[in-house]
Amino acid sequence: MPRKIYFLSLVFILFGAFSIKAQDKKENSTNIGNTKSEIKEYINHHVLDSYDFDLLSYTKADESKVYVGIPLPIILWDGGLVIFSSSNFNHGKSLAQFGEKYYTLYHGKIYKTDSSGKISYDIKQHVLNKAPLDFSITKGVASIIFVSIIMFVLFTNLANSYKKNGMIAKGLGRFFEPIILYVRDEIAIPNIGIKYYKRYMSYLLTLFFFIWFCNMIGLTPLGINVTGNIAVTFCLALLTFIITNVTGKKEYWKHIFWAPGVPLPMKFLLAPIELLGVLIKPFSLMIRLYANISAGHIVMMTLISMIFIFRNWVGSSMSFMLAFFISIIEILVALLQAYIFTILSALYFGFAVEEQDH
Amino acid sequence: MEIPAIVGGGLIVIGVGIGVGGIGRGAMEAIGRQPDAYGKIQTAMLIGIAFVEGIGFAAMFVL
Repeated sequence: MPRKIYFLSLVFILFGAFSIKAQDKKENSTNIGNTKSEIKEYINHHVLDSYDFDLLSYTKADESKVYVGIPLPIILWDGGLVIFSSSNFNHGKSLAQFGEKYYTLYHGKIYKTDSSGKISYDIKQHVLNKAPLDFSITKGVASIIFVSIIMFVLFTNLANSYKKNGMIAKGLGRFFEPIILYVRDEIAIPNIGIKYYKRYMSYLLTLFFFIWFCNMIGLTPLGINVTGNIAVTFCLALLTFIITNVTGKKEYWKHIFWAPGVPLPMKFLLAPIELLGVLIKPFSLMIRLYANISAGHIVMMTLISMIFIFRNWVGSSMSFMLAFFISIIEILVALLQAYIFTILSALYFGFAVEEQDH
Repeated sequence: MEIPAIVGGGLIVIGVGIGVGGIGRGAMEAIGRQPDAYGKIQTAMLIGIAFVEGIGFAAMFVL
């Protein structure tokens, strides 16, 4: 046991030492205040979506920034289809030209402009330039496509392998079978009921694995942040909202507008509250997933950034250790959030198809 | 004198901490009384914690 502890502390100190060495050179040129604002900028850049898939960036000796990554296609609708590569923007430094039209990247948004790249503001510093309809494949969209392809290939292969092996799990199926059975036996059946659970199973499984996989690739050093984007969680919550209300039976609507078993004045009081609850349920789903994942990412990046603030081996090893433990907790949170989103969706579907038996 | 917004953040953390702690305590007591119902109690506990956390995060976004 002591040997293990020695080994662990050695690892932490070694990694910490590496991390100081990595930023030793810049010590003279930047002060702490600058570093702090730079860290904030990095964290903001990570949490928000972007038009490039950047893996890393560094500053060269002549103060020019070099980005290592893949440019992604930009697709706009501006009186016609406009498609070009995001490398034309050169990370916001230059204008993109498409035929006679010019576009500029300003605070992470694309605006129409003229050949001089002018941006006009009103009194409150809002941009007056026209923004074209944006259907670009951003970093988040690329990640979603990536996860979808993985899921499609993985689960069609699993389904086929079951057919070949006479309904016995093999290979990866041995890992996924208990999880799928757990979703069915512990999430769907107890909450929705044995009679109707089957028609919701495909949605619940897709939801569970999509959120889980997205959370997990968010923990890799690729800098992907899919479920920590409120637009993504909004769409997931919207799907749950639509399915709940479209499949809702008569009893469900009766419970909302004319609550049974309460005195008459209470019925009028309860109806608006229940109606509000219909909207609040998916809203809380959206906020919960978004806030948990983006908070996790911010905490992790802040802990890693402590290396650049402390600049000594104690701080660096501490930072590495904390970031390491938070990473382990985040793996748990990734699964837990997928589980909670799925079980709450199942619960809402259960309300929608509940039968009157009391 | 204006109270800084970060005080609100502290209050949120206190409130959510008490809430989650209470749920965890209740679940543990329940498991101690009924060890067989472990799975069901855990599920209910996680849902409760998720609701409390959701309220905390909602408040944090207003901040």
